[in-house]
Amino acid sequence: MNVFALYSLRLQRQLLRARALRKRHELTAVADRTAQIRPDDILLFCTFRNEAIRLPYFMDYYRKLGINHFVMVDNGSTDGGADLVTGQSDVSLWRTDARYGDARYGMDWLMWLLGRYGHRHWALTVDVDEFLIYPFCDTRPIRALADWLDASEVRSFGAMQLDMYPKGAISQSPYFMGQDPFAVANWFDPGNYIMTRNDRMRNLWIQGGPRARVFFADQPRLAPALNKIPFVKWHRKYAYVSSTHMILPRGLNLVYDQGQGEKTSGLLLHAKFINLFQDRARQEAARGQHYRAGEQYRRYSDEQGGDPDLWCKWSEQYINWRQLEVLGLMSKGNWA
Amino acid sequence: MTLGVVVLVHTAFDRAEQAVRLWADAGCPVVIHVDRRVDAPTCQAFVKALSDLPDVKFVPRFRCEWGTWGLVAAAQAGATLLLDSYPAVRHVYLASGACLPLRPVAELCRYLEAHPGTDFIESATTADVSWTVGGLDMDRFLLRFPFSWRKQRRLFDRYVKLQQFLGVKRTIPAGITPHLGSQWWCLTRQTLVAILSDPQRPEYDRYFRRVWIPDESYFQTLARKHAHRIESRSLTVSKFDFQGKPHIFYDDHFELLARSGCFVVRKVWPQADLLYRSFPRSSGADRLPNTTTIDRVFDQALVRRTRGRHGLFMQSRFPVMDRENGFTATPYSVLQGFDAIIPDFQNWLRKHTGAEVHGHLFARERAHFSTGEAVFRGGLADHPKLRDYNPQMFLTNLIWGGREHDQCFLFGPQDAQDICWMLAKDTNARIMVVTGAWALALFRSGATAADCRTQAAHLQQVEQAFVQILRSPIARAYIRIVSLSDFVRAPCDMLQATVDEIAGHRASDVQVAPPMMDLEGFAGFLQDLKNQGMPPFLTGEFSVGPMPETPPFGKRKQYVRSDK
Repeated sequence: MNVFALYSLRLQRQLLRARALRKRHELTAVADRTAQIRPDDILLFCTFRNEAIRLPYFMDYYRKLGINHFVMVDNGSTDGGADLVTGQSDVSLWRTDARYGDARYGMDWLMWLLGRYGHRHWALTVDVDEFLIYPFCDTRPIRALADWLDASEVRSFGAMQLDMYPKGAISQSPYFMGQDPFAVANWFDPGNYIMTRNDRMRNLWIQGGPRARVFFADQPRLAPALNKIPFVKWHRKYAYVSSTHMILPRGLNLVYDQGQGEKTSGLLLHAKFINLFQDRARQEAARGQHYRAGEQYRRYSDEQGGDPDLWCKWSEQYINWRQLEVLGLMSKGNWA
Repeated sequence: MTLGVVVLVHTAFDRAEQAVRLWADAGCPVVIHVDRRVDAPTCQAFVKALSDLPDVKFVPRFRCEWGTWGLVAAAQAGATLLLDSYPAVRHVYLASGACLPLRPVAELCRYLEAHPGTDFIESATTADVSWTVGGLDMDRFLLRFPFSWRKQRRLFDRYVKLQQFLGVKRTIPAGITPHLGSQWWCLTRQTLVAILSDPQRPEYDRYFRRVWIPDESYFQTLARKHAHRIESRSLTVSKFDFQGKPHIFYDDHFELLARSGCFVVRKVWPQADLLYRSFPRSSGADRLPNTTTIDRVFDQALVRRTRGRHGLFMQSRFPVMDRENGFTATPYSVLQGFDAIIPDFQNWLRKHTGAEVHGHLFARERAHFSTGEAVFRGGLADHPKLRDYNPQMFLTNLIWGGREHDQCFLFGPQDAQDICWMLAKDTNARIMVVTGAWALALFRSGATAADCRTQAAHLQQVEQAFVQILRSPIARAYIRIVSLSDFVRAPCDMLQATVDEIAGHRASDVQVAPPMMDLEGFAGFLQDLKNQGMPPFLTGEFSVGPMPETPPFGKRKQYVRSDK
């Protein structure tokens, strides 16, 4: 790689940071409890909009995993979701009514908060419908993972997004507030993920799963990216490039081994396809604030009358992380 | 008590205190060394917390960076103080603050009393160990290492390279042979006194000060000089990963540790409450330590991290395709041309091999899986665009997902050809080709030579390109190519070879060739193609007129026999 290309990466990173700096004015603190954050706390960063139904289980899940403090941005919710979390003692909440799409799908806001509060902390950046699974997550808290990554001098941890879906039409499996979404949507595609290496950023570009199979088979290039690097020992110089798919400096994107070995990796179980989704797809398609102006959401709402059945004979039912490890979707790597 | 303990502490002081109390409560005198890098208030608090224990002493502090002399100096100072202050001590155990006794200290003492005069120290010559990191085995004794491996890696590497280039070497002091081993040992008073009061000690110390990772070689080397009986293993279980960093034990290792019967483990995660609550616990007074299961678990981790699961491409394993030896998980077979000659070839092959036989996986219109369904194992879709978007990974996914099955698929010049190079380079691929079989399919379609002339030329071109790929010097697959005319002369030979290759010893004998397409008039069809200006050279020779006299389905006479 020549000097010019390296410099362009540096420039890109600095522009992203400058953007985040500018967008900080759009945020208003609702509950700022960041003074409580201790030097080695593990933080969670998240943007949400009208997610009141999902939030209780989300908070509960990550609290049990061992997150010490939640740093959240409420993007103009009108369903009382913000009220659910403001009162909680381990939450710091900001609010903005600015447009999600203009803030790089919320990433500008989160990057500002990451730089401000996440510096030298292990920071987990997820959406409200993403649930992190890592090796031994049933017996070891996320602190164990962070300590081990520190001891191994690893700064970033990859977790591919794994789309979970129910058996039968999505509308047939209603989801209630506080419920485990994977009690409803507990099926996944075990082995149809395709990937290529992005030479510029050095990340893997992973596509596939039920969304590529059902919605994007005729235009696979448009299928959503599933590669994510959500857990990073943050430094204020870092910048997420596109959601949490890529990060700069690009060395952080090397969460995979290019030789024959396996690095340790996890999965983000994606609880997108549960009933509350139908209305969401229609709303979001109309709003056009998502990536590629809601193209994905338009496809979801067109497919099978807006009520797709993603299940097929070869779907696997979710049991635990060990099952996912055996299938080769994630790896214990060197951690034993 | 005849056992004394030297404890090196640099972090997790609450757990270190707990460990020291375990030793002290069992009546062992303990000498503690706190890393110089620890700040004064923390250290003082630690000293104060242990002030109620009479037989706990502290030694002057050294800087203990990983792999530096400070660790040896600390152990020397600790051992000296211990031996001087407690004349009754017969064995000295070197432990760290992250060490946890798994069995009551009394059981350890009984074990040591049963082995009087034995030094437990892992100690092997450099030529005979496989676990040195960075390839520096003998070099660590012959070069100088003034730079920190962790903090000044670039300088470290360059200085090593420079010394290797210049060929400068240090002389190893007389009387010692370099040995390596775990830094956690248990030595007898006799050996330790001999090491510490060796008249050559200043010379040795000066030498080892510049050896790389002296804590793994100083006592290990000198014990060889002075000890009477060395038991070359450590009483402390500690496992190292591929980078030479210690593995950490967690609550979910409880069973593993409890069953091992080992005396001490390192290193335990400070927040592993269950382990700290449950150990030490007796596992039978005379039980001998056995680390087999522990070794297996961590050796598996090592293999997973360095070699991984063959044929798996995933988010944290993405070998460069050309660098890996075979891209797929298990062997599979690619069959070109057979289906044009033998109707219902798929079923025939399935019956003779028991394999999973797919149709044309790479057909232009869709992927024909063995089940005929639109979605196959792993959630692979039959959509041609999705498949052709990344055909390599379509194949690796298919093979990985069905790695417990023998898989075969049909291929041909009418299919998408992007996969050809990968097939040719994959050591797991077995490619059997009958060239020119497409001409038979054209003939059977009923079209005249004039109608299908262009199509025939195209198919021949494509197949020729594939054959050339298969014959390239970098093709590593098992490859067998015969022409159509050779095939029909002795079909059983090729079919038997194919079936054997797929099913191995489970293959059935091909006594009778399956029913084949009628070749009546085929030679004339080929002649017509030639007359149109398109010579079908891949089919081999078919002469116009009746088929030759030789029985078409018999076995050929063997001229060369190997079993006389």
